[in-house]
Amino acid sequence: MRRLSQNRAPIYEALSRHRADRVVHFDVPGHKGGRGNAELTGFFGELCVKADVNSMKPLDNLSHPVSVIREAELLAADAFGASSAFLMVGGTTSCVQSMIMSACGADDMIIMPRNVHRSAINALVICGAVPVYVNPGVDKNLGIPLGMSVEDVKHAITEHPEAKAVFINNPTYYGVCSALREIVECAHAHGMLALVDEAHGTHFYFGEGLPAAAMRAGADMSAVSMHKTGGSLTQSSFLLCGAQVSGDYVRQVINLTQTTSASYLLLSSLDLARKNLALYGREIFAKTAALAEYARGEINRLGGYNAFGRELIGCGAVYDFDITKLSVHTRDIGLAGIEVYDLLRDEYGIQIEFGDIGNILAIISAGDRMFEIERLVSALYEIKRLYSKNQAGLFDHEYINPFVAVAPKQAFFAQKSSVPFEQSKGRVSGEFVMCYPPGIPILAPGEIITGDILSYIAYAREKGCLLTGPQDMSIENIQVLEEF
Amino acid sequence: MDLWYSEYHTDDVRFSIRVNKQLCCEQSEFQRIDIFDSPEFGRILVMDGYLMLTEKDEFVYHEMIVHVPMAVNPKIKKVLVIGAGDGGTVRELCRYPGVSHIDLVEIDKMVVELSRKYLPFTACRLDDPRVHIHFEDGLKFVRTRQEEYDLIIVDSTDPFGPGEGLFTKEFYGSCHKALTAEGILINQHESAFYRADREIVGVAHRRIGARFPLSDVYQAHIPTYPSGHWLFGFASKKHHPTDRLDKAAWNALDIETRYYNTALHIGAFAIPNYVKGLLLDESV
Repeated sequence: MRRLSQNRAPIYEALSRHRADRVVHFDVPGHKGGRGNAELTGFFGELCVKADVNSMKPLDNLSHPVSVIREAELLAADAFGASSAFLMVGGTTSCVQSMIMSACGADDMIIMPRNVHRSAINALVICGAVPVYVNPGVDKNLGIPLGMSVEDVKHAITEHPEAKAVFINNPTYYGVCSALREIVECAHAHGMLALVDEAHGTHFYFGEGLPAAAMRAGADMSAVSMHKTGGSLTQSSFLLCGAQVSGDYVRQVINLTQTTSASYLLLSSLDLARKNLALYGREIFAKTAALAEYARGEINRLGGYNAFGRELIGCGAVYDFDITKLSVHTRDIGLAGIEVYDLLRDEYGIQIEFGDIGNILAIISAGDRMFEIERLVSALYEIKRLYSKNQAGLFDHEYINPFVAVAPKQAFFAQKSSVPFEQSKGRVSGEFVMCYPPGIPILAPGEIITGDILSYIAYAREKGCLLTGPQDMSIENIQVLEEF
Repeated sequence: MDLWYSEYHTDDVRFSIRVNKQLCCEQSEFQRIDIFDSPEFGRILVMDGYLMLTEKDEFVYHEMIVHVPMAVNPKIKKVLVIGAGDGGTVRELCRYPGVSHIDLVEIDKMVVELSRKYLPFTACRLDDPRVHIHFEDGLKFVRTRQEEYDLIIVDSTDPFGPGEGLFTKEFYGSCHKALTAEGILINQHESAFYRADREIVGVAHRRIGARFPLSDVYQAHIPTYPSGHWLFGFASKKHHPTDRLDKAAWNALDIETRYYNTALHIGAFAIPNYVKGLLLDESV
């Protein structure tokens, strides 16, 4: 297929042509360009609803792309420096699952840091692979999980030479990067694939002076959340593959779980966002980094807050840091991150990405202006002035080492019974417990429930974090394995 | 030829002024700025399509935003003015010999430059030695100041666009911090007449009230502003806007005004019932 220029957006162009052709629709979707529902059309706008169409010959088909979607894939692969790329409409969750299911089958081992996104552990429940968790370092002052040290990865590889893959966050939610190149080399030296979760790292491919991107570091597969910092619509992502991975096989794996009615709103947004980043990404992320650095400086000048950044590099498991992430440690003003998060929204009308026990995270992107940054800084100052408390009584640290007793799939599908949380100590969990945000598991299926974990859950609940995962929506009871 | 400038006061209400000539049309980093010359209203300053002032009725706005707080506390020395790059507020402040220092914080340098060139009737005192002009974000400027000013005047644009940050809780809180114990905060408080503009009147009043022990609203009649009935906010740490009116001291200053006088001062705080209702009603 001919090589297109990055200023093309084939899916978008085909949709525009389709709109101009005024085709009469006797296919789905049944709203027929919005004519069937005036309220729907009024809310989203006519142009938007008219772009919500189904696969057809001129628009190609995501599960077997041969024309415009194929061109968009080639353009994306080219823009990201990958051998092949897939447009994904099930979020980066579907990318992570497809990566793991491409690399591992039942009972295969995969080495991963504990602070993986739940989608990675979900993939293990689906495919039956067994996790070997690497303890991400924890910054004791900030209470955040870091990256994996090369030594710990090497140790895990030596202990489990039969593992099929190493899974790496690049970066973590907080912006922490592991020594990606070295870990990739290490995995390859032992015949393992290097799979990278770049849900928060789209910009690494386009900005300057940012941490290394997976494809450039020689990784085999990467899950890229184009919708997070890349500017496409929510739920749209790219799955990237290196030269050693068969794209045709990966597409089969994707098709196991991907919808056959892919949204053209999402697909065309991926196309346009890729074009925008390929053409203007350098300036866009230079501006983003400058705004984040400015905000970090101003917030640190307020006193009491620690808007951390590159100074973390070098301590333990931090090889690099993504300066576009604006993470702020709030404990020194006596407030948990989640409390600051709530105050910002409820009192100041400012919605940030998340607050956890000790920190908040604000996402800075090309859509931000200095005005919004000033509002955030001023609101943080006001919160410090009006709400700061004595620091005593805050939680000590966040990372709890898991004890995996049973493989996630086996645990998930085992005979279970429901017990109140306070009576669950010492049992094996049959389900997830997540503290959301940031969505890193406290418990995953197959893990032993310890006293530390129970007190963490009680504390997170008291601080207003959203706990999710258990079948019991009131989060009073937990499913535990009957036999173990 | 039939050349008119129109401003939409609502989607269904339009206010038009016949124009002789367009004097300038510039796009700054923050907004589009137009200046017209008109037979009825003289020169007109327009930003992003919204009328900011006219030569004919700007005196009402500028006298009311300055003389009301000055007559409550004629001892005011140090003043912070936010917005107001046209210079009209500064012009009125400069008439007080007791005012020793004025910081003017305008985010858009081009507003000041064009005002100097085309609007000498408001920009005439921008070179007074007491006036110090800072081209930066008002929210940022006020955040860095502590117990420094006797008076802060927020002469902002509408709460959409560059002026948005000047209607927020974080801004009013920072103003409180930047004021001395004698401090007074005056803000351009929009109009309560049209539905689309109404909400911010109550919201801003309650946000200010959450930070200041004394907070009230007063009014003026400005023919070229939507509905002609305009509001200002008066908030202070201890000076009541009418009980503490120092008629004798202010009249002794012998400042010649065309709109303001100390009898009108009392009346300006007597606001209509529908506005009172808005200030109280949290559901609006």
